[in-house]
Amino acid sequence: MSLSPTFLLTAIIFTPALGALFLAFFNKKAVEPMRMTALVFTVVTFMLTLFLLNDFSAAEPGIQPVQEDGTRGVSHVWIESWNINYQLGYDGISVPLVLLTSFICMLAMLASWSIEKQVKGYLILYLLLETGMLGVFLALDFFLFYVFWEVMLLPMYFLIGIWGGPRKEYAAIKFFLYTLAGSILMLIAMLMFYFGSSNLPGGSSFDILALTQIGQGNVAGITFDRTVQITAFILLFIGFAIKVPTFPFHTWLPDAHVEAPTPISMILAGVLLKMGGYGILRIAFPICPVGAQYAAYALVVIGAVSIIYGAFAALAQTDFKRLVAYSSVSHMGYVLLGIAVWKIGEDSAAVGRDYWLMGMNGAMFQMLAHGVSSAGMFFMVGVIYDRVHHRDLNQFGGLAGLMPVYTGLAAGIFFAGLGLPGLCGFIGEVFVILSAWNYSPVLAIIAASGVILTAGYILWTIQRVYLGPEYKGPHAEAIVPMNYREMTVGAILLVFAIILGIYPESMFGIMRESMAYLVQSLDQGYQNYAAAVQSTSEAISGILK
Amino acid sequence: MDFNTLVERVVHDTTQVSLWLFAPELVLCVTIVLLLFVRLFNADRFIPTYWMALLGALVSFMFSLTQFYQLRTEVLDSSTFFTGLLVFDQFTAFFRLFLSLFLTFVVALTVLSGIPDEEDGPDFYALLLGSTIGMMLMTSANHLLMLFLAVEMTSVPSYAMVGFLKGRKLSSEAALKYVVYGAGAAGVMLYGLSLIGGLLGTANLPEMADRINMIVSGEAGMSDATVRTLMLAALMVLVGVAFKLSIVPFHFWCPDAFEGASAEVAGFLSVASKGAAFALLVRFCLALIGDPSGASLSNMYVSLGIGIGVIAAVTATFGNLAAYAQTNIKRLLAYSTIAHAGYMLMAVGALLVILNAPADSGINVHTEAIRCIEGLLYYLFVYMFMNLGAFAVVALIRNEIFSEEISDYAGLSQQAPALCICMAIFMFSLTGLPPLGGFFAKLVIFASLFKAGTVHWSMWAILAIGGLNTVFSLFYYIRVLKAMFIAPATEQSKRVAVPTIASAYIITVSVPVVLLGIAIQGLSQTAQDVANVILP
Repeated sequence: MSLSPTFLLTAIIFTPALGALFLAFFNKKAVEPMRMTALVFTVVTFMLTLFLLNDFSAAEPGIQPVQEDGTRGVSHVWIESWNINYQLGYDGISVPLVLLTSFICMLAMLASWSIEKQVKGYLILYLLLETGMLGVFLALDFFLFYVFWEVMLLPMYFLIGIWGGPRKEYAAIKFFLYTLAGSILMLIAMLMFYFGSSNLPGGSSFDILALTQIGQGNVAGITFDRTVQITAFILLFIGFAIKVPTFPFHTWLPDAHVEAPTPISMILAGVLLKMGGYGILRIAFPICPVGAQYAAYALVVIGAVSIIYGAFAALAQTDFKRLVAYSSVSHMGYVLLGIAVWKIGEDSAAVGRDYWLMGMNGAMFQMLAHGVSSAGMFFMVGVIYDRVHHRDLNQFGGLAGLMPVYTGLAAGIFFAGLGLPGLCGFIGEVFVILSAWNYSPVLAIIAASGVILTAGYILWTIQRVYLGPEYKGPHAEAIVPMNYREMTVGAILLVFAIILGIYPESMFGIMRESMAYLVQSLDQGYQNYAAAVQSTSEAISGILK
Repeated sequence: MDFNTLVERVVHDTTQVSLWLFAPELVLCVTIVLLLFVRLFNADRFIPTYWMALLGALVSFMFSLTQFYQLRTEVLDSSTFFTGLLVFDQFTAFFRLFLSLFLTFVVALTVLSGIPDEEDGPDFYALLLGSTIGMMLMTSANHLLMLFLAVEMTSVPSYAMVGFLKGRKLSSEAALKYVVYGAGAAGVMLYGLSLIGGLLGTANLPEMADRINMIVSGEAGMSDATVRTLMLAALMVLVGVAFKLSIVPFHFWCPDAFEGASAEVAGFLSVASKGAAFALLVRFCLALIGDPSGASLSNMYVSLGIGIGVIAAVTATFGNLAAYAQTNIKRLLAYSTIAHAGYMLMAVGALLVILNAPADSGINVHTEAIRCIEGLLYYLFVYMFMNLGAFAVVALIRNEIFSEEISDYAGLSQQAPALCICMAIFMFSLTGLPPLGGFFAKLVIFASLFKAGTVHWSMWAILAIGGLNTVFSLFYYIRVLKAMFIAPATEQSKRVAVPTIASAYIITVSVPVVLLGIAIQGLSQTAQDVANVILP
């Protein structure tokens, strides 16, 4: 079956929104039918993303689909007077993330049976959130990207604010304010690009592909000069770093994750954090290679600090969910580290470009692996929280005897988060640390030591929660084995953690060409810039002579 | 020319040309007269007066629409009428359309919310319509005298409307405050107008720029006494406009007046008088500058633009910060109104800076100036719906729970979901979040500020402040939503049953807010065309 690309991409993005609209007509007392309907819509969306995977050609490095006239992506005029297009497309970077999104959304919907308050509102917002996330990963017009980026904020505020824990209001507003502040910075960078591209044949543009070509110096007559690139990169980076989140922009995360209901925590950790990394890979680096190279060292340091800081913070937690939240900060540090290990030599070409590529691949893999493992960890916390209504690590213990299946699944997932070889967390971390050695051995050692800390807090957690003689905390009577729904979610996540761990090629195969192309074009873009500077200075010295 | 010919000409000009161009206002005038007659003969017992007002507003809207369409299709041309006192062009027609559409919505709201009651209907609608006529005149004023008369004609009925809830002390106090401030501002403005008229020897707006170039030679600066007087006069006129716009430091009346007045009146004042005042401000500024390439005071105008920009930034910041502390929803919305006036004023500042950009700045003055005005017009149009919507929700909820305190909104989303969801749309649009109209409006203004920054760096600073303000403002808008959606209903909460028709009204108002954030092209293009017409 072959669908027109525009239709398929639009369907992927808006099927959940359609579901939300559909749900609006339900009687609010029909809780179970509404849940089933919402689940059906997430499953359909997942199926559609599988169609996308089917259409995707792994050998093609650039944006797909490639039209007959050679243009990439699909594009339809949206706002003519501003040259804004409804432009969508996918490549090896976005396809895995789209799959991850629809996959996690489906599982988190299964986990949403635990929500019992105002179910109708919850499901509608949940589906709108999914639309926003998928839109971000598929949009290729900066304006459209920005719109989806913000669309995802509104439901999130309410999902945390209405269905969250005791400090939900504080957490929700904090999340909203942080992200909005980042968005405003992104908006300013967006305007810089828009006005900077006014010499394009079609006038100023928000087209990410066109802006990328300008930024990499491939368009005759228009460039973003060094100052523009550095300023724009910093603005964009802060915007995305808030989302990743990296130290020091991470403080919204523990609050939001802890207060959010379990399924929303799964989505926050599993998908939302990836949007920051995706933004860096899709927008900040490609459009501003000079700015990215300028800031590379700082980024690597921030990445390494995030790893260590997140791990130490996790060690200090007594709240189970907060511990998992800080582990996210630590794990996402690897992503930033892997992306940024761009070392250049005298001739401004990348030194050891293959290592950098390895880092990029590792970072991308880490995003996917973390998407699976952190969603799993939050789910595991949620399962026990639903039973005993507390998350104090010091009051757990002995769950292995009471809930053996749960303990088995949870241990598997937590080991995946730890980065045990054979599970998904290992691949990304190893790739990133190996590539970091090429960049700076000191930073590589620091980052690698994070692995020990990770092992420390995860093993300690397992010991405190699952091992031990008996459970002494409150609500001991409520501890019952997992039901089938919970088991399904947990088992699927663990299976995928194992598949990704023993057969990483499943994901590397999709992303390899696109990543290689990205690295190659960034390298070339920087060299173009350096050559231009070189020729200008030669011309000036020629005149002086 | 003997007297008879003169009279004949005036009669001809009036009856053949002007009256048709004046039709939207004329319809409102006739409606007012009818309203008063109905009262005189006690016929208002049989014909509800709001139907008459609604009909008048609708007919006026239809006329405005027809005229706008005729202008767009070039059946009619831009011209001046009533012997040059008023001007008729797309800009006028756009604002008439804006005002009459808004008037229709406000009258419909008053029908639903029951303020005014049957007894007071004729008086209230006469004031409302009269004020709207004044606003329409403001947007078409072509003469300093007209300008002043229009501002006064807008203000006087507004004072009365603010004090319309006669029994309430708060209301009378608000009206009094408004009158005193208004009279002061009007006096200052009139003095400024007289200075300009005296200096230039003309009160005709289109002639001002030429006269200025005549009396000011070469690169005159503040050391020149004429320039100094002229700038002082311009500032005084701006004071008058700033009062209408509730720009810091002329904003003090606004929160008190809005708190004292009923939500319907506050909604009307917050949108309509702002729209008209911005139209007036743009016309005045453009008249002052004339053809930008030939203006001898370019540097002064750039400084003026920066000054306006700085005041705009201060206004937005002040409005947003002051709104934090409010517990009364109408006061909160009043401060939000002040902040929005600040955002919109930024576009005017950017316009002045761009129009007077030095020749070597490398920007396309015409295109960029169009962008500034496009931003202003788009913002006003979206603002009309989102602000009216917010005030309408306040009015309708007040009818149910008899309170305007934010804390009393707790748990409302369970009882009146449609109203609360629409309120969320309005609040997010006021914050400026996509995919709602408020976002695109703000983006255009930010874009014009960004471009103005290439002429003078201070515009970038103002842009940064504007961006920061967006983040600030989220905090208090969301407080309202937090009360509605997150806070649990208290024991004292009253049962709320909003009539279906009222919910339908609110949904009708919220639809354009969403649409203007998605189907942007139509209004964006229209606003650009309108801007193209009035720019030199």
